[in-house]
Amino acid sequence: MSTREQWIAFMTLMVKEIRRFTRIWQQTLLPPAITIALYFVIFGTLIGPRIGSMSGFTYMEFVVPGLIMLSVITNSFGNVVSSFFGSKFAGNIEELLVSPTPNYIILSGYVLGGVTRGLTVGFIVTLLSLFFTKLQIQHLGVTIAVVIMTSILFSLAGLINAVFAKNFDDISIIPTFVLTPLTYLGGVFYSVSLLPEFWQKVSLLNPVLYMVNAFRYGFLGVSDIDVRWAFLMLSSVITGLFLFAMHLLKNGKNLRS
Amino acid sequence: MPRLIVNFAGCSFTPLVGIEMNSDLPALSIKGLTKAYDNGFQALKGVDLDVMPGDFFALLGPNGAGKSTIIGIISSLVRKTTGSVAVFGHDIDKDFPRAKKDVGVVPQEFNFNQFEKVFDIVVTQAGYYGLPRKVAEQRAEKYLRRLGLWDKQDQRSRMLSGGMKRRLMIARALVHEPRLLILDEPTAGVDIELRRSLWDFLREINAQGTTIILTTHYLEEAESLCRRIAIIDQGLITQNTTTRELLAQLDKEVFVIDTREALTTCPQLEGYSTELIDSHSFEVVVVKGQSLNDLFAPLTAQGIHVSSLRNKANRLEELFLSLVSGRAEQEAPTQEAPVLKEGGQ
Repeated sequence: MSTREQWIAFMTLMVKEIRRFTRIWQQTLLPPAITIALYFVIFGTLIGPRIGSMSGFTYMEFVVPGLIMLSVITNSFGNVVSSFFGSKFAGNIEELLVSPTPNYIILSGYVLGGVTRGLTVGFIVTLLSLFFTKLQIQHLGVTIAVVIMTSILFSLAGLINAVFAKNFDDISIIPTFVLTPLTYLGGVFYSVSLLPEFWQKVSLLNPVLYMVNAFRYGFLGVSDIDVRWAFLMLSSVITGLFLFAMHLLKNGKNLRS
Repeated sequence: MPRLIVNFAGCSFTPLVGIEMNSDLPALSIKGLTKAYDNGFQALKGVDLDVMPGDFFALLGPNGAGKSTIIGIISSLVRKTTGSVAVFGHDIDKDFPRAKKDVGVVPQEFNFNQFEKVFDIVVTQAGYYGLPRKVAEQRAEKYLRRLGLWDKQDQRSRMLSGGMKRRLMIARALVHEPRLLILDEPTAGVDIELRRSLWDFLREINAQGTTIILTTHYLEEAESLCRRIAIIDQGLITQNTTTRELLAQLDKEVFVIDTREALTTCPQLEGYSTELIDSHSFEVVVVKGQSLNDLFAPLTAQGIHVSSLRNKANRLEELFLSLVSGRAEQEAPTQEAPVLKEGGQ
């Protein structure tokens, strides 16, 4: 395929992905908005004032970046794993596989679809947060870079999960037993400096901690970790996941018999 | 390069196919193709097959013979174990994307997104082949109109009838105007009227130069449409010849004769084997070299008048059954059934 043909194939796939999640917006955009709004009400407005300040900010100011990141992570992952596995299960992934579309275009199309959904939900949540607190952004570049890279990372992870999945249980195991614990224990709701020293060190093994803190640094200018480590970790993991996903597509794992 | 413009059914139709092909190269060339699935099932045991440009080719065989495996390998959904496959000279090991551009596949199972609109399914498929949006929309309209689906363009595909879904898959496979169209059981489960109209459509696109390979269980279909027939059995090609030559291998045919008069005993015809079916019909075996003409005089002499005469079974069907050994089916691995609910996340 020529470069132009590949671009057309990429845009076709990405538009199809965007059309999918906007068509079922009641399942893809509305629930995360409601869930996060409830978090704002309960943790920010009701419980937050009793907690006091966190890292020098009100609890509401502290928790907003974490909750935005929580929604970006879960929606980026969920979009790709659901769409790719659904196509695989129903058979219409064959439309792509029989075409001359290269694997990297297939991967990029699905990932960009996931990123679009993740960022869309993140934007909705950000708008909702304005009803509860004033947002300040100290480092706009860091904020944008971290949220995009995080979204790419979890979109890639979603695709890998979908490739390995053989039934619908397989696409709920990772979000339930891996993603949710890592996110909740990744400094979304608290600063790791509150933890005993041992658990602080254990927390450093959690990659989500780096993303949440780097994102919070972008908003508030404070972080539990060095932001440079966050970018190094994000770059490394994205590269690793991209290469692994390409390997799976090339070998047709669970896609070609 | 001049483009052939054909007009039929009031519809101007400009095929890309048939003009640019190099007739020296087979449309499909398969050499020593083998496939062993992970479960150990040997689906193909060394298939050699050439299909020339412009052919209308039938690939026949019992379930599990390897037909769908061959199609899967050509379309990249199945990985071959050994051997080579080339489409119009493009080896799939060396340049699969180029080979894929020349192939359109209509699979046996419905495999489009049941929640997408008919028009979007066809246009999206064109996009995967790198066709610009405007061209994709024009092609989608052309093929949806030609296949009688244009008025359904805005419907979700799950709302279509079985026959319409089958036609949608054909439109989708043609939207990039491949030079080789492969149809796996294209008329399975469709009514007679639709089957005939699909036959007419396939004849038309074949006449315009598209090479067609089809697998079918309706042997009448293969006999009616195809100029060449290959029979695959237990992973090996056992016959590959013209339809005429294949039928010439029939050493006997059984005819059913209906009579005007009631029969009490089976008519005796010298040199022919006969068997009474009921009071107004009997069957007669005509072996190679015998003539049907010779039946009528002795029947008339016995005071029996023939009201109608027909083949007991499709001729190709008789030959097929004699060529393919009866045995328990062995099936290649199949995928799980599709679900009909969109959602999840």
